[in-house]
Amino acid sequence: MSERRDVWITGIGLVSSLGEGLEAHWDALKAGTRPVVDETGFAPYVVHPLAKVEFDKQIPKRGDQRQMEPWQRIGTYAAGLALDSAGIKGDKEILGRTDMVVAAGGGERDQSVDGAILTDIEKQAKPDVFLNEQLQSNLRPTLFLAQLSNLLAGNISIVHGVTGSSRTFMGEESSGTDAVRIGWSRIAAGTSEIALVGGAYNAERRDMLLLFALKRLAMMAPWSPVLAAAKGIPTGSAGAFLVLESPEHAMARGATPIAKLSGVWSERARRTEAGAVEAMIEELVTVARGGSDEATAVLSAACGAPEPTAAEAAVLARSGLPVRSVTDRVGHGLEAQMPVALAIAALAVSKGGLFPPLEGEPLEKPFDGTLKRAIVTGVGHWRGEGVALVESVD
Amino acid sequence: MASYTDKAGRPIVVVTGMGMVTSLGQGKQDNWAKLTAGKSGIHRITRFPIETMKTTIAGTVDFLPESGRTAPDLSEELAQLAAEEAIAESGIGSKGNFPGPLFCAVPPIELEWPQRRILAQESAANGPISYDDLLRAAETGGHDAWHERFLYGSIADHLADRFGTRGQPISLSTACASGNTSIQLAVEAIRRGDCDAALSIATDGSVTAEALIRFSLLSALSTNNDVPEAASRPFAKNRDGFIIAEGAGALVLESLEHAVARGAKILGVLEGVGEMADSFHRTRSSPDAKPVIGCMRAALADAGVAPEDIDYINAHGTSTPENDRMEFTGMSAVFGERIGSIPLSSNKSMIGHTLTAAGAIEAVASLLTILNGRIPPTINYETPDPAIPLDVVPNVARDAQVKRVMSNSFGFGGQNVCLIMTGEPA
Repeated sequence: MSERRDVWITGIGLVSSLGEGLEAHWDALKAGTRPVVDETGFAPYVVHPLAKVEFDKQIPKRGDQRQMEPWQRIGTYAAGLALDSAGIKGDKEILGRTDMVVAAGGGERDQSVDGAILTDIEKQAKPDVFLNEQLQSNLRPTLFLAQLSNLLAGNISIVHGVTGSSRTFMGEESSGTDAVRIGWSRIAAGTSEIALVGGAYNAERRDMLLLFALKRLAMMAPWSPVLAAAKGIPTGSAGAFLVLESPEHAMARGATPIAKLSGVWSERARRTEAGAVEAMIEELVTVARGGSDEATAVLSAACGAPEPTAAEAAVLARSGLPVRSVTDRVGHGLEAQMPVALAIAALAVSKGGLFPPLEGEPLEKPFDGTLKRAIVTGVGHWRGEGVALVESVD
Repeated sequence: MASYTDKAGRPIVVVTGMGMVTSLGQGKQDNWAKLTAGKSGIHRITRFPIETMKTTIAGTVDFLPESGRTAPDLSEELAQLAAEEAIAESGIGSKGNFPGPLFCAVPPIELEWPQRRILAQESAANGPISYDDLLRAAETGGHDAWHERFLYGSIADHLADRFGTRGQPISLSTACASGNTSIQLAVEAIRRGDCDAALSIATDGSVTAEALIRFSLLSALSTNNDVPEAASRPFAKNRDGFIIAEGAGALVLESLEHAVARGAKILGVLEGVGEMADSFHRTRSSPDAKPVIGCMRAALADAGVAPEDIDYINAHGTSTPENDRMEFTGMSAVFGERIGSIPLSSNKSMIGHTLTAAGAIEAVASLLTILNGRIPPTINYETPDPAIPLDVVPNVARDAQVKRVMSNSFGFGGQNVCLIMTGEPA
């Protein structure tokens, strides 16, 4: 690797069960209260519902909102917050060359149409013909667009005018790590000046819970902290976008950094090999630490699935560093989780301190010192290990 | 001694292996023979019942022993076949040990109707079935493998295992521009010095009844059902929509230095990539074609060449009324009056629109065009559209020395990516 430039985080958009924006999140995190969970609406599962959001504030046209499913609205909203935070909202010249990398899933189903079809299909003489008839009459044409993974990015282009470039990564937790990594790599290498990276997840949908339920991976009530004893994924609705920028570009427009993104590592342990996940996350954390533990903490984006989370927790316990679980505060947002955790890490570094430990999470120890560096760890529920390093800008 | 860097001082990125599968057949040789013979792979759908469907034709890949399994199963198999061909040709690495990352464009993935029906039956619900019933059935177990199969990352993950690529593979989608994006990410990674080689794959085996219906509801598909092989009519006046199709393309990309050092045969150079997103509409392009123009110009600038240096265009050419007109408008702005005399053709006239895979398949076809000195035709061009006068190499292949190709891909969501490719470096 040749010479790398610094990469600054100059804007953050964050929306979750704790509210919207950096200050609302900081207030909630500092208060150290129990997370916001819904244990009945999707019983027996636990989800962290999105805080009440006035989508009109970032997506002014109702027509645009109607063309989106909730995950796209959450993401488009968070992207708007990030552009506001960076001070580039509406700046056509900059947005026209802003590079975008979005981590996305997709596939929100019309669950009532599916249910109605499943209720009657086995009674039909020709079930496949019946299915086609029902889909043709009952699917909303625009639902397809609300489903396509790359249409979160498409909606951000339409609503906010980000058009420099547009790439969408899928692949669960890793896609969030890689979206940030690619945006970071391009700026660090000097082939991009400014990028919008992030993702969004809607946890309040049974079709996604179904995917986890097939392997009994969704957390059931009652809610409990994930690092102490991972018993399932506590999915949480959230959207997070970061504006990444070269220092030259930021200074030229008078923007100040929230924090510095100093590195992003994305790897893939062979999980059929015993101990591989733990070894991989240990290796990545060691690289991120870089031999210095001064004013450093770890923020975990742990998924809550038993095996990978146990491996992650073991590494964090051995590290001796102060640890905070982002997942315990806002839940797990799959593709969005690394961007969410990075947003909170950058926030903590910019505040120069950590929020208090959570009751019931013994790995979290009190830390009253100054915080200058935050290592974010994320181990995918089925694949992929990611680590990122956020540092304060001196 | 030739330089290993381009005009901008970046590592030159070359292609040393290519593979493809389409409805025309498996492998470059078979596909190339049929593409230059003007053969169509479009046929009547047999995978699911077509009574009541508005469109009854497609370019599905039905010749594999296990075609017709789930979309991710078929997509993975197509990708694997294309990648095996590409890696074998390049001779890179060793079996199960590819010395670089994987960038893999994949179609939408979700649990499918056969699985939903099984869960619904297992739930033994009395009365109307809801997702709560499916959840209850899922929790009782027995279908663990479906979890991984229907994750977005599973195709790339399995391919990474098989080919031994490095690091976490990236699964991506930029809709119908995905194939070009998979190549773009590899070019960027090699130019940055992140790696010496990368594997780009784009695959789509997702023609299910519901996928067909979804595109049909958007009025995007041709309904020229009577003669399937004559339905895809890019740039012709009587074009009426695209033909949904399946396939995969794969390319091994390397720095020139890396390829030369290991004595690899160089098939072509990935000279430039351009991209520009469109903020106009979710499915329609800006009527002024500005983003497409910007995308083509960005690709030329990235390659460090002028419009005059392009002597063949592998068009996006979907056969929809709007795309082909918009693409013409864009190309006219970029190439000026010369656009009427640059040979241009649409592979989609024969293989249909392979959606996620199209860009990679067309990149392979573009390099084969240069290597063979022969341009595949645009078939079904019986009624020229006077509003878009072009040399589409109508109906019959043409022998021509092609030095440099532009290959366009545009997708829903305002995605535009354009590639510039040339032959072996001088």
